[in-house]
Amino acid sequence: MRRVVITGAGTINALGASVAETLEAMREGRCGIGRLDIRDVDRLTVQIGAQVRDYDEAAHFNRQQIALYDRFTQFALLAADEAIAQSGLTFEGPLAARAGVVMGTSGGGLNTQDENYRAVYEDGKNRVHPFVVPKLMNNAATSHVSMQHNLKGPSFTVATACASSNHAMGQAFQMIRAGMTDVMVTGGTEAMLCFGGVKAWEGLRVMSKDACRPFSATRNGMVQGEGAGMFVFEEYEHARARGAEILAEVAGFAMSSDASDIVMPSKQGAARAIAGAVSDAGIPLESVGYINAHGTGTAANDKTECAAVADVFGHHANDLMISSTKSMHGHLIGGTGAVELLACLMALRDGVVAPTIGYEEPDPECALDVVPNEAREARVDVALSNAFAFGGLNAVLALKRA
Amino acid sequence: MADDVKTKVIEILAEQAVLEPGDIAMDQTLEDLGIDSLGLVESIFAIEEAFDISVPFNANDPQAGDFDISSVAAIVGAVEGLVAAQKG
Repeated sequence: MRRVVITGAGTINALGASVAETLEAMREGRCGIGRLDIRDVDRLTVQIGAQVRDYDEAAHFNRQQIALYDRFTQFALLAADEAIAQSGLTFEGPLAARAGVVMGTSGGGLNTQDENYRAVYEDGKNRVHPFVVPKLMNNAATSHVSMQHNLKGPSFTVATACASSNHAMGQAFQMIRAGMTDVMVTGGTEAMLCFGGVKAWEGLRVMSKDACRPFSATRNGMVQGEGAGMFVFEEYEHARARGAEILAEVAGFAMSSDASDIVMPSKQGAARAIAGAVSDAGIPLESVGYINAHGTGTAANDKTECAAVADVFGHHANDLMISSTKSMHGHLIGGTGAVELLACLMALRDGVVAPTIGYEEPDPECALDVVPNEAREARVDVALSNAFAFGGLNAVLALKRA
Repeated sequence: MADDVKTKVIEILAEQAVLEPGDIAMDQTLEDLGIDSLGLVESIFAIEEAFDISVPFNANDPQAGDFDISSVAAIVGAVEGLVAAQKG
């Protein structure tokens, strides 16, 4: 069977504007969550988020580009630039014709929607900018990455809420494994931190007003983040033949649907996806050393996720590490799995496991090694990345050390 | 005023539980009424809209906000308290 490896990674998120900055922050257990700096924040009940700060779009894009690029597209382009530069690939000829982009996002151009609804409803304007639709559409980021890098193969956007980017990367993985293409650019992007974006989440009453504390008995909800993570997935022989640096192997992927509740997670659905990814990778359960948890910091997710891990791994659940980096970069919704995959790369490549920060008090319902508050050095051969979306749609990736 | 609050809260819970207001007893719990966490969040929203008040409630920790949801009577009492505090 064709094997798939990662030869490039890029990101921008609240922890940093590159992979190196992000991993350094994760190693140090730095928190990217703070008071939101957005319009009408005083009318929000939840006033915190993991925002990309000190970001000047004009430093990266010209006026014509900004007119077309919503914030979620900008993040995707910046992350893709970094990932493709690291891979050393230039997309031309037959390679370009088959290489594509599969990206996850949930909100798409939500800032553009928010601004323009405000213009017509609140300000009473009867005219909007001509590019509102091409700017807000969910596939805009995918299309601009494709245009920017001459990626002419199969390209589309996946929207499965909090699992979007894992579903996207799983799709890219399977396309390469199946022989449809040798290279895919894949990941996820999200920019939901605008008044309407946060207000909608407030309604569900699952957001924390002070911090994201996954697995801690004192956890009181999730905190939204924003940003993008992008990767170059490449067929193993193709990468080896050109002497590319291999960051990790994507060894397995599985998805499942709870088919039970639109917001409450299911242990069985999560467990089927976790076990499925390990089985797809063809590796023993005992080889899994680290799981980057979905770990949202809500009461419901964290206990369900721990129960699912305990069910799948049995005794080995006590020997593996599981951490939630959402405690640092927040929940990037449709982009979250992509940024979290960076923590898996760090564990596999550098032997450093990112911590779950904000951890205050053990919860008997989350009695696993959650790597509390401080990063840990450990050799990890296999890492999993969990994503469990609202709607009960689960997607888990299994990565192996190169 | 107090009776108005009680009547309205019971109406809201009845609608959520798909029951007639007359079928709801004050000592019943949300579980008795078959109202799950999503139904509770929706009921709280309806209460906030009906009385123009803000209810402190986090679904992660339903006990934290001092908004007692242990029975229909408790909810009515809590709403009366909030109406008095926020509209008085």
